[in-house]
Amino acid sequence: MANTDKQVNELIKREYEHGFVTEIEADTFEPGLNEDVIRRLSAIKGEPEFMLEWRLKAYRRWLEMEEPEWAHVHYPKVDYQSISYYSAPKRKEDMPQSLDEVDPELLRTYEKLGIPLHERAALAGVAVDAVFDSVSVATTFKEPLAKAGVIFCSISEAVKEHPELVKKYLGSVVPAGDNYFAGLNAATFSDGTFVYVPKGVRCPMELSTYFRINAANTGQFERTLIIAEAGSYVSYLEGCTAPMRDENQLHAAVVELVALDDAQIKYSTVQNWYPGDENGKGGIYNFVTKRGACIGKNSKISWTQVETGSAITWKYPSCILRGENSVGEFYSVALTNNYQQADTGTKMIHLGKNTSSTIISKGISAGHSSNAYRGLVKFGPGAEGARNFTQCDSLLIGDKSAAHTFPYIESKNKGAMLEHEATTSKVSDEQMFLCRQRGIDPEQAVSMIVNGFCKEVFKELPMEFAVEAGKLLEVSLEGSVG
Amino acid sequence: MLSIKNLHATVEGEEILKGINLEIKAGEVHAIMGPNGSGKSTLSQVLAGNETFTVTEGEVLLDGENLLDLATEERAREGIFLAFQYPVEIPGVSNMQFLRTAVNAQRHHRGEPEMNAAEFMKLARETSKQVDLDPSFLKRGVNEGFSGGEKKRNEILQALLLQPRLAILDETDSGLDIDALKVVADGVNALKSKDRAILMVTHYQRLLNHIVPDFVHVLAGGQIVKSGGRELALELEDRGYSWLGVNEETTAS
Repeated sequence: MANTDKQVNELIKREYEHGFVTEIEADTFEPGLNEDVIRRLSAIKGEPEFMLEWRLKAYRRWLEMEEPEWAHVHYPKVDYQSISYYSAPKRKEDMPQSLDEVDPELLRTYEKLGIPLHERAALAGVAVDAVFDSVSVATTFKEPLAKAGVIFCSISEAVKEHPELVKKYLGSVVPAGDNYFAGLNAATFSDGTFVYVPKGVRCPMELSTYFRINAANTGQFERTLIIAEAGSYVSYLEGCTAPMRDENQLHAAVVELVALDDAQIKYSTVQNWYPGDENGKGGIYNFVTKRGACIGKNSKISWTQVETGSAITWKYPSCILRGENSVGEFYSVALTNNYQQADTGTKMIHLGKNTSSTIISKGISAGHSSNAYRGLVKFGPGAEGARNFTQCDSLLIGDKSAAHTFPYIESKNKGAMLEHEATTSKVSDEQMFLCRQRGIDPEQAVSMIVNGFCKEVFKELPMEFAVEAGKLLEVSLEGSVG
Repeated sequence: MLSIKNLHATVEGEEILKGINLEIKAGEVHAIMGPNGSGKSTLSQVLAGNETFTVTEGEVLLDGENLLDLATEERAREGIFLAFQYPVEIPGVSNMQFLRTAVNAQRHHRGEPEMNAAEFMKLARETSKQVDLDPSFLKRGVNEGFSGGEKKRNEILQALLLQPRLAILDETDSGLDIDALKVVADGVNALKSKDRAILMVTHYQRLLNHIVPDFVHVLAGGQIVKSGGRELALELEDRGYSWLGVNEETTAS
C-alpha cells in the first residue's frame, strides 16, 4: 500500500500547462452587480430591448434566490459584488470582425493553447468559436457552414441577427429561475455560442467552442444554445482553460440543447480550467447548468464530458426525454487531484413513452481530492416502457482521496425499468507491480491503468479529441507516481 | 549470471528468507521446491523487486551488477522476468497495448527502435499461437475475465515476447490441468537457450516431468537445505520432505 501511495503522491505534483496570462488591453467593468451594470452590458453588446428586459427580469428573480448548499463541496462564500461582470479585449471597431482583424496577440494565445484560428492551420473538419473572457473573438469556417444552412456564431451575434430563434428557445430548457447560478447567468451572460441546424441537415463538420478566461477578478458567464431541427445531426465540442491565479474565479455557464423529431445532438466537453495549486490555492469555480430537451420523437441527446480541471466542479448535464422513443446518454470522466472537489452527474427525466437513457460515470480521485457522482433518474406517469441503465465506477489513487455516489431514483410509472451498477476500486499495488515488472515506468503505468478505466467514455468522444483526452489525463496525473 | 549471497528478507517485520545462497549460470534450468510457506514465492518476489518485502542482509548480483540497487522496472529492463502465480487483471487496458508498451520500454532501454503497432501485432499474434491462446485474447483487457489457465498462458506469452535473461516462474503449474500444463511447459521449453536461465518455483514435481531441470534445490524455513540434480525431485516425490528434517507444515506464507 505505502509504496503506491508514495509513488502517487509524487506523480500528483504537476504544473498546469495552460496557466499563462495574455498581456492585452481590455475594457473591464468595475467589480459589482446591479441593474445599471446589466443595462451597460446590454448596451455595449447593442442588444434589442427584449434581451435587456429578459436579463433584468432574471436579475430581480436572482436577488430573491439563495445559493444552493446541497452539493458535496466546500468553499468560502463567493462575494458577487467583488467580481467584474464584463471584460473584453479592446477593439477598434464593433463586431463582427473577420479573422484578419483579430488582435494578433489573441491569435497567438489560441495558437499557444493548440487551437490555431486561421482556417488554413485549423484542425481539419472542426469549426471553432473562440471565446476570450466575456466575448467571442473569432468564429472559423462560417461560410462553408452557412452553405449547408448551419448557423454557427456567437450568441451576441445571434441575439441581433436571429432574434426570432433566440426569443423562441433561450431559456426554454433552462429557465432563468431554474437555479441560483442559472439565474445569475441569465442576468449577466456576456457571450457564448449559438448553433442552429436546419431540418434534415447533417452538420458537415465538428463544431467547437474554446473558452479562455484571461482577465483577473472577472467571472465568465457564457451561454450556449444549440437547436437541431427535425432529422438533423450535429456534434459539438467545448474546451476550456484559464491562467494560474491565486484567487478563485467564477465560471457560471448555461448550456441549452433542443432536439426536434429524429434529431441528434452530440455534445462533448473537455474541461481543463485551472484547478488551483497543489495546496488548493486558486482555481476556477465551475458552476454550470447544462440541459438538453429531446422534444421530438426519436430524438437523441448525448453528453460526453472529460472533467479534469477547476477547483470546484458543480455540474449535471441532463436530458429531458419528452419525445416518444427519445434517447438520452451521459458519459463522464471526472478526475480530481490535490484539493479539487467535484460534484457532478446527470439527470435523466423520462416523460415520453419508450424513452431510454444510459449513464456511464467514471470518477477518479487522487491526492486529497473529493469526487462525487450525483444522479437523478426520474420516470413520469407517461413514461410507459422507459428504460435506464446506470453504471458508476470510482477509482481511488492513494489513500487520502474520497469518492461518493448519490444516485436518486423517482418513478411514477410501474412499467419503467432501471438497472444500476456501481463499483469502487483502487489502483492496486499488484497492478503497479505487474506493469513495472514488465519494464513499464510507474507514471506510464498509472496513466495506462486510468485510461483503461475510462475507456468506455473515451470511445464516445469525437476521434480528434479522444487522443487529447487521454493525454490530458496523463498531464493531470503526472507526479502521482515516482 | 545470477549470484545470490546470504539473502535475508522480511515482510511486515517477519523474516521469511534467512540466508539464501544460490548460483545460476546462463543456459541452466533450476527448480526450487519446498513445502508451503518455506519462502519460495518470497524469493521470486524479492528478486523481481516487489517493495512489499525488505531485504535486510545479503546481496544479489546480476552479471556482477548489484540487482538490489535497481528499481523494479530497471530490473525488468535488465532481463529479469517474473511469471506471476496469481496474475492480476487490468480492466480496459488491452493485452496488446500492455504488451507493446512493455516490449517498447525494454527496447528503448537497450537503445533499439520501438516496434510499431503493425509489426508488433504480427509478432504477438504468432507468439500467442505458440501458447495456444486465440489472438482474440490480445484485444481483451489484461487478464480480464481470463480463466486460471489462460492467465498462466498469458504469462508465458509475455516471457516469449520479452525474451528475458532470467525467467522466474512462480508456481506456474498450479491450477493447470494436464493439457494446459503441457502447453505451458512447451512454452517454457521454447524459452530455453544458452544465454538464458530459468528458475522454476514449484510445489509439485509433475512440472519437472515436462521441463527437465539441471538443478533442484529444497527450500525450507527460509534456507536452501539441500541441492541436487533431477533425481532429487523424484526422491522428494517418493519420500516427502520429512527425511530432510523439514516440517511439511511450516507456517509462514
